[in-house]
Amino acid sequence: MTIPAIKIEQVHKSFGKLDALRGVDLQIEQGEFFALLGPNGAGKSTLINILAGLMRPGSGHLSVLGHDVVTDYRKTRRLLGVVPQELVFDPFFNVREMLRFQAGYFGCGPENDPWIDEVLEGLGLTDKAYSNMRSLSGGMKRRALIAQALAHKPPVLVLDEPTAGVDVEVRQMLWAFINRLNKAGTTIILTTHYMEEAQTLCSRVAMLKQGEIVALDSTRNLLNRLQTKQLRLKLQGALPASLLPLKRGESGDYVTLNLAATTEVEYILAELRAANVAVEDLQLIEADLEDVFLDIMGHQP
Amino acid sequence: MRGMYTLFKKEIWRFWKVSFQTVAAPVMTALLYLLIFSHALATRLEVYPGVSYTAFLVPGLVMMSLLQNSFANSSSSLIQSKVMGNIVFLLLTPISYLEFFLAFLAASMARGITVGLSVFLVTMFWVHLPLIHPWYILGFALMGSAMMGALGIVAGICTEKFDQLAAFQNFIIMPLTFLAGVFYSIHSLPPLWHQVSRFNPFFYIIDGFRYGFFGQGDVSPALSLSIVAVSFVLISMATLQLLKSGYKLRG
Repeated sequence: MTIPAIKIEQVHKSFGKLDALRGVDLQIEQGEFFALLGPNGAGKSTLINILAGLMRPGSGHLSVLGHDVVTDYRKTRRLLGVVPQELVFDPFFNVREMLRFQAGYFGCGPENDPWIDEVLEGLGLTDKAYSNMRSLSGGMKRRALIAQALAHKPPVLVLDEPTAGVDVEVRQMLWAFINRLNKAGTTIILTTHYMEEAQTLCSRVAMLKQGEIVALDSTRNLLNRLQTKQLRLKLQGALPASLLPLKRGESGDYVTLNLAATTEVEYILAELRAANVAVEDLQLIEADLEDVFLDIMGHQP
Repeated sequence: MRGMYTLFKKEIWRFWKVSFQTVAAPVMTALLYLLIFSHALATRLEVYPGVSYTAFLVPGLVMMSLLQNSFANSSSSLIQSKVMGNIVFLLLTPISYLEFFLAFLAASMARGITVGLSVFLVTMFWVHLPLIHPWYILGFALMGSAMMGALGIVAGICTEKFDQLAAFQNFIIMPLTFLAGVFYSIHSLPPLWHQVSRFNPFFYIIDGFRYGFFGQGDVSPALSLSIVAVSFVLISMATLQLLKSGYKLRG
């Protein structure tokens, strides 16, 4: 059995009276592309900060590739690359200097320079290598932060909301790059607010709510959990009484019905025909991760 | 080891990139003090027999610049990276708290000694100073810059905003250095203030440093060096304790 990339056991953390983490257990295997989802204040960043050594756990154990993050921190910090949520940078240096220094803190010397070139290239930063961090645009700064986390070539990369405030083009480019890293063997853990990102990229998802993991499964299983598909209809006339139990909601001219199975469409159309209600428009909607998320978090969409 | 060396190198680069502000400006300030005070007082004062007031003033100004700049280096670097938030990139690394301390300390000493030496070299155009005990000169320069570098780390960790650090600098560091006998011998003070000055560790640094040049001072240089060394060790122990606990750095 291979050693898990990340193993988190019964981790608690409180700030004063607030219990930010309440006994989190989580195991992430090597090579996974894993998403940590949850509303603001769920404890995602706290968990990442503890993993990275920026905070200490109240109790519990965390390990990276088998090394404890508290007792063996020198090892675990070399194994982790962390992209912080905030756009922070050192205004004194240009991108290349900053990356060399960052790699140097981890004990890498000039032998690491080809890797830095590779990262700059991969993130489209080559022509900004000699620009001061201050002069970069927001999207460029974000890329530079990712480059900084990768400077020492860590096998596990943690990204805390890496695409917040980044335009679509840059976002696509970032994900293409991170996907390549993942294919090459890097374990990726990300937190994000964009559900479609987690859905298209990640093989497994954990959902955090008020310091606890409330769902942990493969993305596919989570999507299957919400079996119901939905049918959106624009009708000429009122919904027949026989179909009212299926009604989920109404917006504008459209009415939304819950489907337990796709075959129910036939029954609904038959009922409408029988009631002489014409269908102007019809859409079949699949559940997405956002629905699952809202369902688990206890909201109604 | 390479991590610590990289941090040291980065800290050196940081002040060297803006050396006009971090080295040239304090040298200019020291020269202005020299010009004004020697013009105003040189004809009226002779602190030690055979030593002109201008000559007496130079070691004091050199040491004052050295102390203030050693303090400024570590404290301003830390507060800046805390306010900017980029200190996180340092906290994510395998650099231990001891290495962190040593790297910041060594860079502060380098800045303080660079500024002190620059003041000394520039004043050589006007004043010729004897160098009677060069080892004392070196010893006090190293000890003084180390003590202030460590104190700068404490200030950088404990303060959260630039104005708090400025208060520390203006209300504690400045009075202590100014009242440490840079501009006068404490023997010229009224008895009460003479006694008070003896509780100021900066007084011993400046007096001992000056002894290295002229072979005369207000107290024994060996005693001064011991007091400075003990102060340095105490401040360092406190700093290491702060860093080890992660105070205000790691939650």
